[in-house]
Amino acid sequence: MGDRLLEVRNLSVDFHTSQGTVHAVRDVSWHLDRGETLAILGESGSGKSVSASAILNLIDMPPGEITSGEILFENRNLFEMTAEDRRQLNGHRIAMIFQDPLSHLNPVYSVGFQIAETMTAHGVSRAQTRARTIELLKRVGIPDAETKVDAYPHQFSGGQRQRIMIAMALALKPDILIADEPTTALDVTVQAQILALLEELQQETGMGLLLITHDLGVVAEVADRVVVMNSGQIVETGTARDVYHNPTHPYTKKLIAAIPGNGAMATPLDTGIKPILEISGLTKHYAAFVALDQVSLTVLPGESVAIVGESGSGKSTLAKTVLRLEEATSGAALFEGRDLVTMSPKELFHTRRDIQMVFQDPTQSLNPRMTIFDIIAEAFVIHPEILAKPHWKARVSQLLEQVGLKPEHMYRYPHQFSGGQRQRIAIARALALEPKLIVCDEAVSALDVSIQAQVLALLTGLQNELGLSYLFIAHDLPLVRDFAHRVIVMKSGKIVEQGPVQQIFEAPREAYTRNLIAASLSPDPEIQASRRMARHDLQEAAS
Amino acid sequence: MAHMHDKDTDGLTAPTAPNPVVQTFLMLWRDKFAFVSVIFLLLVLFSAIFGPMLLEDLATKQNLRGRNAPPFDFSRDWLYWLGADALGRPLLPRIIVAAQNTIFVAAGAVFFSLTIGTVLGLIAGYTSKMWSQIIMRLADIIMSFPSLLLAVIVLFMLDSSVFNLVIVLAITRIPVYLRTARAETLEVRERMFVQAARVMGASGRRIVFRHILPVVFPTLITIATLDFAFVMLAESALSFLGIGIQPPEITWGLMVSQGRPYLTTAWWLSFWPGLAIILTTLSLNLLSHWMRTALDPAQRWRLENVRKKNG
Amino acid sequence: MLNFLGKRAIASGISLVGLVLLVFFLSRLTGDPTGLYLPLDASEESRMQFREIHGLNDPLIVQFFSYMGDLIRFDFGDSIRRSEPAIDVVLRAFAWTLQLGTLTMMLVVSCAIVVGSLAAFHVGGIFDRIATFFSLIGASAPDFWVAIVAIVIFSVTLGWVPTSGTGSVAHWILPIAVLFIRPFGLIVQIVRGSMITALSSAYVKTARAKGIKNRAIIFVHALRNAMLPVITVVGDQAAALLNGAVVVETIFGFPGVGKLMIDSILQRDFTVVMAAIMVTATAIFVMNLLIDILYSILDPRIRY
Repeated sequence: MGDRLLEVRNLSVDFHTSQGTVHAVRDVSWHLDRGETLAILGESGSGKSVSASAILNLIDMPPGEITSGEILFENRNLFEMTAEDRRQLNGHRIAMIFQDPLSHLNPVYSVGFQIAETMTAHGVSRAQTRARTIELLKRVGIPDAETKVDAYPHQFSGGQRQRIMIAMALALKPDILIADEPTTALDVTVQAQILALLEELQQETGMGLLLITHDLGVVAEVADRVVVMNSGQIVETGTARDVYHNPTHPYTKKLIAAIPGNGAMATPLDTGIKPILEISGLTKHYAAFVALDQVSLTVLPGESVAIVGESGSGKSTLAKTVLRLEEATSGAALFEGRDLVTMSPKELFHTRRDIQMVFQDPTQSLNPRMTIFDIIAEAFVIHPEILAKPHWKARVSQLLEQVGLKPEHMYRYPHQFSGGQRQRIAIARALALEPKLIVCDEAVSALDVSIQAQVLALLTGLQNELGLSYLFIAHDLPLVRDFAHRVIVMKSGKIVEQGPVQQIFEAPREAYTRNLIAASLSPDPEIQASRRMARHDLQEAAS
Repeated sequence: MAHMHDKDTDGLTAPTAPNPVVQTFLMLWRDKFAFVSVIFLLLVLFSAIFGPMLLEDLATKQNLRGRNAPPFDFSRDWLYWLGADALGRPLLPRIIVAAQNTIFVAAGAVFFSLTIGTVLGLIAGYTSKMWSQIIMRLADIIMSFPSLLLAVIVLFMLDSSVFNLVIVLAITRIPVYLRTARAETLEVRERMFVQAARVMGASGRRIVFRHILPVVFPTLITIATLDFAFVMLAESALSFLGIGIQPPEITWGLMVSQGRPYLTTAWWLSFWPGLAIILTTLSLNLLSHWMRTALDPAQRWRLENVRKKNG
Repeated sequence: MLNFLGKRAIASGISLVGLVLLVFFLSRLTGDPTGLYLPLDASEESRMQFREIHGLNDPLIVQFFSYMGDLIRFDFGDSIRRSEPAIDVVLRAFAWTLQLGTLTMMLVVSCAIVVGSLAAFHVGGIFDRIATFFSLIGASAPDFWVAIVAIVIFSVTLGWVPTSGTGSVAHWILPIAVLFIRPFGLIVQIVRGSMITALSSAYVKTARAKGIKNRAIIFVHALRNAMLPVITVVGDQAAALLNGAVVVETIFGFPGVGKLMIDSILQRDFTVVMAAIMVTATAIFVMNLLIDILYSILDPRIRY
């Protein structure tokens, strides 16, 4: 075995819950060497972050329990060390950064304090920390570091916060950096920058990088080797290339097959038909901030129109304004010829039946205290003209079957279903009103890749069956590529470019669109390698 | 530690979810303090409902030979085990009979303040800014009004009957529920399932009562349990000061007050009713403490956990 | 910030005016003080004279406006009972209450933070169970009962401290001890709950991953975040103390504003009641402002 930097051997961790014991990871073994990047790839519930938590002694016991195995750091078993010795390793020799840096940074202390604290906790004198902190902030690319060192986490953007986390983790030049979904909540262009920064820093310091992710694109971009996990077990290990090109385990094969962005693109619909939704000059101001600026677009019957853009582009505001969850400042949105923006409450009430919405997070969009039957049948309570009460049960059964769920589960509560199933319930609720247009606001973003594919297939099937139109709001370009007829690219409240899906992806006219497409990661390590080379050459040429 | 929460399998995660009543009982059983509290509270409730019916005569029968009889004299009738008061009336049945006024005043005040405060809080949280402002200023006035002063004024103007006492105490406690209900409503109304109901065309009333109230209610009930104890103490203090319930009606607070002159010679006159107050409020506090854990999904495992490891 | 102060002052002003109105008319409804201050056999003439001196003959509305007129000149009127300016009587009593309240709350807050934080660190541990149980008992204890039991034990039986009055340091011990119990019990519970939330938050996980010592995690990272809900409750409790700890002040013969208010209303000494209400309401307003400022010091996200 010799001198691995870090080695996890036969690790098993249980969590004791009310529904019995969950085997979070079972008999997991892997290792990490200096200068190497290892990715642990898995979907939610796969146990991919459990071993990392065990390394840093972050598992709460109870309810957690380490039932077997050992973790060797420089051939010393961490489980045999005292809590104090392990504390001295954390942040000094092994550091970690997390998903969602906003909640992982303490909101009430300045970022400078939090970076310096890593150093003072491990014996660096306070006098030396300030200069080093500013140096670190500069290194990770925070502009104006001398003054920003005293700013608080909420005063930075999402990407900057992750840079600050990285500065904090690297303050003492650790031997190992663990990155748990470091780019998941970030825009694609920011994601590319953060991953590039991590790689650069790794080359500088020679640290081992352990990357925990659900995204094959991220694996392809940075990982040397990959460990694929499913239901707490390792199903496959190998180099990133081997695993992508020659997966052996059925689960890995399924995972790779489900990755969006490889299917056939839809052909545009005949533009001769009358649009169902016609938005013109729609504008929304929040005080001085312009969230939507003169947005105009159309949706045809039976068409899927995708709206893509990074955070702050106004795409969600557009959805809310169309649904009158927000009032537009000016402009018009004609639905079958009637203006949604100026509609009277009574007229709006009747139009609600025709336009429905599916929200991003099905856990939050279903009332936790209502049964599935109550959630779906609420449509008939609110709009009694749809259906007489004796038929509700039959109709709810029918709707559940239509979205691929078992009708006998209608008296269960949302928490008894998985994420994908919940999103199916949300779709059934929308269908109960027999709408013509469904607005999907990041409707599959919170779901695992394999579930995403299923839900999108369901949406497409329903479109063919019922002639529905979709206004599909998303940040994930490969998904949009497989799903939409037409794509609209938004930035800072304005439409940058719009056109048929094929034109947008194969011949984008605007530089912004090109950047967006280039920044989204391909799951193929070779494609990513060549893109990296191209980027590198571009930078060389520029300098 | 979040790994078990985002567990996402394609099968149903809880196919054999036990009946909620059984589950509640099991969770209660696991917290022994809360379990004992519930039993004690049921006992108090039983005394409050049936006590006067069964023991009224015994509790008011004067017995001049037994004046200030000391407790723990087991040679006498069980009624006298806790001793007797200055008129020789046995303390144990008096405490049982006094439970009625004590509990009913507190229950009435909590019921009215909970109902009115919740409705006003929901209105303030969900409707226009103007209503919200009016309601909140009203709450401010009530809050800055010393509650004892209000009690003194009202009970001077009206007679100090049980009903009037309930009204006074209810008014002073309305802001507690109002503020909580409003704050929670402001948060819940932004949740996605409320947005989803709006998209379906649900009316304001439907959203408030069908979607927001059921989410807010557990918090309010937890507060009400705690507040029940608070109101009991407030009523006892008023009765102690002589401006609450007037004799011949009795409450525990009044009994403490009546025993005060005899403190140095017959401590039990004040001690037992005071202990009854403490035990009841303690039980309510323990129950509320348990409810806070039981109703919080993130804390719930502490009660559900069958196999306890490392304490 | 100034804008915020202005808004707060206006909102509080509205509440104060509402309060003054309510108290003025409600207290007049409790009856005429004449009978209380003159002997039973006083002549009708002397009764009329008494009413004339204290302005009780005018219609209520006239009384109110003349009172408000005086108030604008900071004239709160004279106490009927003591024949000296009401405001002097009130401020004297308020000074006692303020000392008692400040001392008690300082003790309560410092003890509750330490006990609650340590209890939250090992939820379900032995210290947590003991702290939780005793704080719940504390929160459940009726202060009047604790006060008289304490007098029997410590003053009468053991003779360690005086039963009532003021004068020496020993006089303060029992009132503070009795007033301490309930707020302490309540605030330990709040600190504990709030600390449990803070300790399970993501930034504490980060701190653990950074190798920060447990003591710093509790008292540096979690505590400052956990203080916000605690401060709200501390404010409510402090407001209750500023309104006068009526029961404790009565039992211990402590000359504070709570006892003064009850005595004055029983004696129909309306000018004193009004002055007392306004002084305590103003004090509570100032305290709430201090709390808001403390909020923004503790949490940089809060800016007014």
